[in-house]
Amino acid sequence: MKTSTQTLCASVLPSHAQAQPEAQAASWSRLLGSSVRAALLVMVVSGIAYPLLTTGVAQALFPQAANGSLIERQGRIVGSALIGQQFTGAQYFHGRPSATVAPDPSQEGASIAAPYNAGLSGASNQGATHKDLSEAVAQRVTQYRADNGLAADQAVPVDAVTASASGLDPHISMANALLQLPRVAKARGLSPEQVQPLLAQKTEQRTLGLLGEPRVNVLQLNLALDALQPAASAVKE
Amino acid sequence: MWLPWMEFAAVLTAATLLTIPMGQWLARCFTSERHGWLERLSYRAMGVNPQERMGWKRYGAALLLSNALMMLLGYLLLRLQGALPLNPLEIAAQAPDLAFNTAASFITNTNWQAYAGENSLSNATQMVVITFLMFAGATTGVAAGAGFVRGLARSSAQDVGNFWVDFVRVFWRVLLPLSFIMALVYVWQGIPQTLHAEAVATTLEGGRQQLLMGPVASLESIKHLGTNGGGFFSMNAAHPFENPTPLTNLLHILSMLLIPAGMTYAFGSMLLRRKQGWVLFAACMVMFVGFLSLVFVAEQNGSQLLARAGADQQYSLTQSGGNMEGKELRFGIADTAMFVATTTAATTGSVNAMHDSLTPLGSITPLAQMMLNCVFGGDGVGLINLIQYAILTVFLAGMMIGRTPEFLGKKIEVREIKLVMLAVLVPPACILGFTALAALWPDAAASLNNRGPHGFSEILYAYASATANNGSAFAGLNANTPFFNTTTGLAMLAGRFLTLVPMLAVAGSLAAKATVPAGPGTFPTATPLFMGLLVFVVLVVGGLTFLPALALGPVIEHLQMLVAQLYA
Repeated sequence: MKTSTQTLCASVLPSHAQAQPEAQAASWSRLLGSSVRAALLVMVVSGIAYPLLTTGVAQALFPQAANGSLIERQGRIVGSALIGQQFTGAQYFHGRPSATVAPDPSQEGASIAAPYNAGLSGASNQGATHKDLSEAVAQRVTQYRADNGLAADQAVPVDAVTASASGLDPHISMANALLQLPRVAKARGLSPEQVQPLLAQKTEQRTLGLLGEPRVNVLQLNLALDALQPAASAVKE
Repeated sequence: MWLPWMEFAAVLTAATLLTIPMGQWLARCFTSERHGWLERLSYRAMGVNPQERMGWKRYGAALLLSNALMMLLGYLLLRLQGALPLNPLEIAAQAPDLAFNTAASFITNTNWQAYAGENSLSNATQMVVITFLMFAGATTGVAAGAGFVRGLARSSAQDVGNFWVDFVRVFWRVLLPLSFIMALVYVWQGIPQTLHAEAVATTLEGGRQQLLMGPVASLESIKHLGTNGGGFFSMNAAHPFENPTPLTNLLHILSMLLIPAGMTYAFGSMLLRRKQGWVLFAACMVMFVGFLSLVFVAEQNGSQLLARAGADQQYSLTQSGGNMEGKELRFGIADTAMFVATTTAATTGSVNAMHDSLTPLGSITPLAQMMLNCVFGGDGVGLINLIQYAILTVFLAGMMIGRTPEFLGKKIEVREIKLVMLAVLVPPACILGFTALAALWPDAAASLNNRGPHGFSEILYAYASATANNGSAFAGLNANTPFFNTTTGLAMLAGRFLTLVPMLAVAGSLAAKATVPAGPGTFPTATPLFMGLLVFVVLVVGGLTFLPALALGPVIEHLQMLVAQLYA
């Protein structure tokens, strides 16, 4: 092995000052050949073998999470625990505004607003001085106060009136949930004291007391509400 | 309000502690005499001789040629997407200009994405193009770093090592095993890893929700370890499937810093100048903390315009407050600020919030870090960029005291300074030149999502990101036009290879020199004083170059925000 390597080096390496032009050319073509083979090798190992192996192990160890943390109710997939969805009914807690869009069926190349479209995540991408942003926030503030019967000068939690980055944010702040609670309770004919424990139960605290923010998973809270009192959701359906 | 600062301190301490084992591992990988069996198998498959000693030219040629062919392979696979399996949603192939941009973007470790992952790539191309090129680009960067450091460490030597050996070892010993383990941790936390493309849900209110998924975790782990940054989904690490919990957010951040920070330690180990490695690390950390504070304070203070519209941005026990437009609630302001600072320091370019919606002052952090491109920097290349500034610093110090500058025991002479200046000048020429071109280009303005100074920032951000091989975006800019695809593609290639190759030449040139013993006129470089000078030089050079452009973008925008000047 060693000797053959050395002869190989001697025949092709340009480091030998007296190397012939042919040797130089051979050296370049060898470099080209190695580059082609390197590209294929890395593609096969990291582009095929690695993701497939990871998929196999992940599916065996964490099947629920590996398949999108789907939630089923009565045998039907109702969503993912990680992905927010659109709620408009008074009997449900509402998530944050979502700026996702979908292709416009009536016009090629155009798009229409489609909140919580998990097929195409998206944000407003509006900067602080964008007129539409200020107008949208002002309009959402008014709407939020009206929906929840709040005073006209009540400050509204910022997460309730700004669009999330993914458009699929599954959470709202506790401040936001507490302001919605009386409305939800009333729409379901429950007392706020009956809804309160569910809210506390579905509120996640900071990881290790340090990371992230205290937050309420809207879908899970609404599922818990439906479980407490199925009739109210049936009204809508 | 003390909680976020405690969190920052804890995370940065963790990152610092991880630097040591990672640095030791990298140093061993770069210097070990033994080849593992997978490595020997790879050498045989590639037809290379691991004993070959390469001068910097041959090392650089192998790097460029292999990268060119990987880019070509990626391009071809993107164009063939329609013919590949695992495409149940029948997504069409990318157009030629977009496929060029994507392939250039991923091989240069930029991961700029002029497309949305959901409707432009199938699960097959997410694996065989995106994941593959992420490994290829990151491995190349670390390998280049290895060759560079080796060049600095040697004296009177003609070679800087063997590119194939460095490449293969970084691939098998560092990136593959780490990515595999991290991917499993990510799946445990909720990131999907499946070959199915979708699940369809019926929402509680009776709507239909199409949940797209795929092999996300295996892409996500290399994306951050490799400081790549390209997302599986359009909204990248803001998407709950890419970053479901505060814990994954932390792991993303630590992954991004792991190798760039570890390189400073590996550098210290290989040169037997540990203190020098820590001086470089500290210089990065000082700048990082400054930029992190800027973006955190700006975002937490929020926008006067949101407050005027009636939004409550006060931090309290029940909400994070701050400017939440384009941010995710689970991260709030603190975790978002940390991610913004890290992803643009380590030139990863993944985002967990929309940078386009940052407050004007907050947006200075990502812009400035990409312009400086050496606050930790990308895998391998970050260290190279930092040393380029260190050489400039000893040169300036040498001019002040009238002596030949020395660095790491080598005389810095005309040739090195010329090459360093080339590497220092290419990025600003690309960023400012292309920004000026785009500002004048007839159709470019149609791509803007915001008017006024913020629109200018969108363009400036695009070229800063492309040139720094970052890849994050002021995503309102519609960059998928032939003009932007071509110019950002060129900026990425120039930003990567026109800085890497001159610096490899510097390494080759320093390797060939004899070490001179430190004398009374030698300026010691392993001291806090040098660290201060280095930070000063980086900020002054960057400031002189880019402050005018920043003044036209974020600074004016901030003043206009204060007086409620809006743009339709």
